Amino acid sequence: MGDFDFSVIAENWAFLAEGLRYTVQVTLVAMTGGIVLGTALALMRLSSNRLLRRFAAAYINIFRSVPLVQVILAFYLILPLVLRLVTGQMIPVGADTSAYLTFMVFEAAYYAEIMRSGIQSVPRGQVGAGYALGFTYAQSMRYVVLPQAFRNMLPVLLTQTIVLFQDVSLVYAIGATDFFGAADKITQRDLRPVEMYTTVAVVYFLICFALSRLVKRLQTRIAIIR
Amino acid sequence: MNYHWNWQFFLQQTDDGLRYYEWILSGLGWTTLVSLGALALALVVGSALGVMRTTERRALVLIGDSYVDLFRNIPLIVQLFLWFFVVPELLPEVLGMWVKQQLPYVATAIVGLGLYTAARIAEQVKSGIQSLSRGQRNAGLALGFTEWQTYRFVRLPMAYRIVLPALTSEAMNVFKNSSVTYAVGMLELYFQYKQIIEKTSQVLEITLVVTLLYVVLAFTMNRLLGWVERRTRVPGLIAAGQGGH
Amino acid sequence: MIEINNVSKWYDDFRVLTECTTRVAAGEVVVVCGPSGSGKSTLIKCVNALEPFNEGSITVDGTSVGARGTSLPKLRARVGMVFQHFELFPHMSITDNLAIAQIKVLGRGRDEARQKGLALLDRVGLKAHADKFPGQLSGGQQQRVAIARALAMDPICMLFDEPTSALDPEMINEVLDVMVELAQEGMTMMCVTHEMGFARKVASRVIFMDHGHIVEDDDKDAFFGNPHSERARQFLDKILQH
Repeated sequence: MGDFDFSVIAENWAFLAEGLRYTVQVTLVAMTGGIVLGTALALMRLSSNRLLRRFAAAYINIFRSVPLVQVILAFYLILPLVLRLVTGQMIPVGADTSAYLTFMVFEAAYYAEIMRSGIQSVPRGQVGAGYALGFTYAQSMRYVVLPQAFRNMLPVLLTQTIVLFQDVSLVYAIGATDFFGAADKITQRDLRPVEMYTTVAVVYFLICFALSRLVKRLQTRIAIIR
Repeated sequence: MNYHWNWQFFLQQTDDGLRYYEWILSGLGWTTLVSLGALALALVVGSALGVMRTTERRALVLIGDSYVDLFRNIPLIVQLFLWFFVVPELLPEVLGMWVKQQLPYVATAIVGLGLYTAARIAEQVKSGIQSLSRGQRNAGLALGFTEWQTYRFVRLPMAYRIVLPALTSEAMNVFKNSSVTYAVGMLELYFQYKQIIEKTSQVLEITLVVTLLYVVLAFTMNRLLGWVERRTRVPGLIAAGQGGH
Repeated sequence: MIEINNVSKWYDDFRVLTECTTRVAAGEVVVVCGPSGSGKSTLIKCVNALEPFNEGSITVDGTSVGARGTSLPKLRARVGMVFQHFELFPHMSITDNLAIAQIKVLGRGRDEARQKGLALLDRVGLKAHADKFPGQLSGGQQQRVAIARALAMDPICMLFDEPTSALDPEMINEVLDVMVELAQEGMTMMCVTHEMGFARKVASRVIFMDHGHIVEDDDKDAFFGNPHSERARQFLDKILQH
């Protein structure tokens, strides 16, 4: 049992903080993009057009049954192939960059299911009321249904975002330097796994625990309003 | 697209004498072993925790709640690294050495993935028990059951039935999550996927095949538990819910 | 058989029961009535310790319910209870519902427990339904099974907690008939119920509760003939009008 030496943390704090910043950034980008894309998928899945419905269902089911690490690696490798196909040129895409797209596309499948149940939780009469006011389908979605669905599902969307925040650690698979990746790289060099991994675990725990408590509080507030 | 498709490479020999498709099959085997092992552990630990959280003993509730908070708020990959690289250092020296040198990797991987999954199972089991009316417990007690017997004979059998759909999706998650154990040296399906890409560069073929295999695993698990659900369906209960009404 | 002495129960500053005292002798049938929220269900649940109480004492057949050394499972196994919402175990067949506690609590053999259960099922007129599940029976049938389940434990007394108030009107009588028969056979019974017809027919005494107090504890005839409290009179007027 080695002695604890937390100076390794202090010495490398800037590098770790940079990793954490990247993790937060990917989370925020993927959350925003994922919710937008997910809402579109949810609408497609509930639409009367069979083709759109099938496409959305296939998208959601495939991404939900494949491990995220695999998607991360596959995107990282396939993205340059696609870009070459489209542009005809070799465009190198770094691991750090490809992760943004991967998480957005992947998480959209999960956000889509949340938004779908949110939309379905809005009583049918609401759409009718929208039509009665002269709204088009798009307008009653935009002004009546989606705002309610979004508000009802806000806690679930945020909980999914906490999961996403933790999942960013899987960019380890392509060697990107997120918070965990930074810690791992320092460990490879300084060989202080106990201090390093413990610190990472504690920081993740504190952030996610605090966030999930906030979500819980929000949930009770929303329950009261409803 | 000037990608060179080549489906035959699966039959090619690798450095270690096996063929690529055999690597995949071996990965599939490890994935199944780790997943089922972790799932079994998670069901036992998660059920115990779920029950603890519904008792009237403050200490038990606190232990159960803390466990779930702890294991749900740390990423799986970090948890696995803790089990592999930190816990052995914190154990007494003899035990730590034994874990590092004698204990097979797969055991540690199963423990790591299992205890992570247990927190999720505990949530389901708890919500299943809480969805039952309090009268069911009282009826059990009034017949002379001990508190534990009301769980064993009355509450858990119904709770499991109610949350079976949720447990099914957790079981499917375990298979997906097992891919993370590659990071601590398990030669499971994702590890083989990564390795084959490095050796052959046939990204698209192998991605299609491995994706399909994961879909098949998830589907199999889904069917299996669907069968369990049909077998355990209670006659006369349309939607399992409130007991006895 | 059941002695309740000065029992009080409260949550923080909300009093649920205040100094309740009464007794049920062997072979007696005591009906407990009162407006909702009067504490009658809580009182009856205190008898087999499904509800704890803060003060006072309850003894059942000489065993103190609140005492430290008392084995509650043992005590409860000797006291039958029937609930408002039946509370059959939905995942078990009727036969298993009747047998499970005999086997697991009393240690009876599987066959013996089944025989006993079937005999009682026959007695409540439901032998044909032995292999069904609770969800396949009507409310009245379920409640009769629940009575049989309690009887299968050979209880020394029976507690009924509003056994007919969750039933559709046309099913109430089939349950009351079973209860009347039971009373006439000499079973000691404590029944929370608003069925005054039942009370008139078989009760030895009637207890009227209001706001956690036992307001009236009388002979059946005295209670129906001339209740001495104003509140009991009002209650009876309301209930008997219809």
